[in-house]
Amino acid sequence: METKTVETRAAPVRYLEGGAGKPLVYLHGAGGLTPGDPLLAALAASHHVFAPFLPGYGETEDCPKLRDMLDYTLHTFDVIEALGLKDPILVGHSMGGMIAAEMAAIAPHDVSRLALIAPAGLWLDDHPIPDVFSLLPFEMPAYLFHDAEAGAALMTAGLKMDDPNFLQDYLVRNARQMGMAGKLLFPIPERGLAGRLYRIKAKTVIVWGQSDRLIPPVYGLAFEAAIAGSRLVSVPDAGHMVIIEKPRAVADAIASIA
Amino acid sequence: MKFTWFNLMPWPYLPDDFREKNRSVWVDIDQRLFDPAKSHEVYNTYMDLLEYADTLGFDGIGVNEHHQNGYGIMPSPNLIAAGLARRTKDAAIVVLGNSIALYNPPVRVAEEFAMLDCISGGRLVAGFPVGTSMDTNYCYGQIPALTREKYAEAHELIIRAWTERDPFAFNGRYNKLRRVNIWPRPIQQPHPPIHIPGGGSVETYDFCIDNTYSYSYLSFTGYIRAKALMQGYWDRVAARNAPDTSPYRAGFAQTICVADTDAEAERLYAEHLHYFYNRCLHVYPGFADAPGYRTIKTIQAGALSQYAPPKGFGELTWKDLTEGGHVIAGSPETVRQRMEEMIKGLNVGNIFCLMHVGNMPAEKCMYSSKLFAEKVMPKLRGLLPECEGDGRFWCKPLAKRVTAGSLPAAARVPEHA
Repeated sequence: METKTVETRAAPVRYLEGGAGKPLVYLHGAGGLTPGDPLLAALAASHHVFAPFLPGYGETEDCPKLRDMLDYTLHTFDVIEALGLKDPILVGHSMGGMIAAEMAAIAPHDVSRLALIAPAGLWLDDHPIPDVFSLLPFEMPAYLFHDAEAGAALMTAGLKMDDPNFLQDYLVRNARQMGMAGKLLFPIPERGLAGRLYRIKAKTVIVWGQSDRLIPPVYGLAFEAAIAGSRLVSVPDAGHMVIIEKPRAVADAIASIA
Repeated sequence: MKFTWFNLMPWPYLPDDFREKNRSVWVDIDQRLFDPAKSHEVYNTYMDLLEYADTLGFDGIGVNEHHQNGYGIMPSPNLIAAGLARRTKDAAIVVLGNSIALYNPPVRVAEEFAMLDCISGGRLVAGFPVGTSMDTNYCYGQIPALTREKYAEAHELIIRAWTERDPFAFNGRYNKLRRVNIWPRPIQQPHPPIHIPGGGSVETYDFCIDNTYSYSYLSFTGYIRAKALMQGYWDRVAARNAPDTSPYRAGFAQTICVADTDAEAERLYAEHLHYFYNRCLHVYPGFADAPGYRTIKTIQAGALSQYAPPKGFGELTWKDLTEGGHVIAGSPETVRQRMEEMIKGLNVGNIFCLMHVGNMPAEKCMYSSKLFAEKVMPKLRGLLPECEGDGRFWCKPLAKRVTAGSLPAAARVPEHA
């Protein structure tokens, strides 16, 4: 994957690009994205993958101009246009899935293939989603991974925790990233998407890890019921980070709409 | 010097094992620990103590706003202030303050503060905190990264509502109002003095300097640790070419306990300090600082939430607390010396005296407050002679004020003129 930059009205946008084939745009979740992401690698085997960072992620500045759901939605259309793409396969994970679903609902004729991986955006009173904004780092893996221990090892790999600047760097990065994510997800990750999902015309696949403890799989059923003709793929032995734990299964599901 | 007697209004009945059995005193504190029937006495005692401070000659009596908080049972400081405005005569009513981003629309703050100023005869000192992350984000659901923008808009709206004499349209991002026209408006002109509580962000320093507001550092860790932060403020005052370095540009909150001797102070107050630092400040670190609440610049400058100290507050002993300066406690002479060090060291003219601590009973609180007022305060009054005339940061009451409760003893047929 190569890292590049493209200009948009809101901010310069960093993105990862790699692979060859049909163009595919991947929108990352609130935790961000690294060039070594295993799902991107799997997708790049058969697609031309573009993975833009939301401003505030990937060492970019946060963007005060992006405030609400509509801003984020239109900004992402601006990114696609700036990349010179038209109706790419649109894939989003978690927060990225929320943005992708919103785009497909707002402009149903511009999004014909949609893959939502454990998307945020709905709220079921009987199945409250844990508040990621008050979780401490060591509490995260249990919510994010099917195998929490392996997940914890993954999350801390390569971190220089004995570096005196580590805490400050961590806090700055976290504030940049989760500050931007908070505009969509805080305090409840719901901005009215439920009332707009009916507009989606895209061929849609929904992917969910069976042991997702952050956004439980029951949300997958709600998305499936709300998007006409959509198909739900349930992945065993995977949590919210199904993209890390079972990238092959996710890539196969995406291939089914391509 | 301006001394304000301050009460955070802690719930005094948190159990001994509170820390072990609960993850936080704030946000998700156990509802069952609050006893409404007991609160009847707690509220009235706390208000009595604030009124007592007025009779002792404190310059101000102070209240503040917290939500879902075991050490502050004042979600509405304005309700308490309204009671105090009626029952006190001279002290400034220091409301430090209303978290203006939380009021919808914030015109409500302009109105309620105007009412307080009118009822009290111009004794209001108005505080506009951004609000802690616990209150603003985790209890009241404001989006962290938008909180400051919303705060700035609320501030603009309130100042315009106070100062403009004709109805105006306000097309804000967060407030759309066709006719802003508050009724009543404050006695004090152009508006009551404004104090801004802050925690070390450069943006807040500049906001205070540019608007001639007093910057208040409401810390629980005392004057020794505050030195670097307050120096940062004064450096900024110099860097922005403010016309003066009047100590009234700054305020500082300090826990203070006075007794006849140092040993008596420990004997009387140690348990209440322990209650406060061990139980009341037991805040779950996940609630201390929602990402986006502090600006990147502020985090890079190293200003972190005081609610998640690396080692916690739980194990601090009397010795740690007094020697480390978290608390100023001891005989009148010990307290005077320490207070002088603080006032001179931080260059602060507004002192928010936290005289009620944790689960301190009224009797001890009165004793400590009286000793402070009689044996310490008079000796500190003359410390800043060159700035005594600086009235920019304090209230300007009406010269002639009515006394509450002045109706005739009984109703009678009115005499017609």
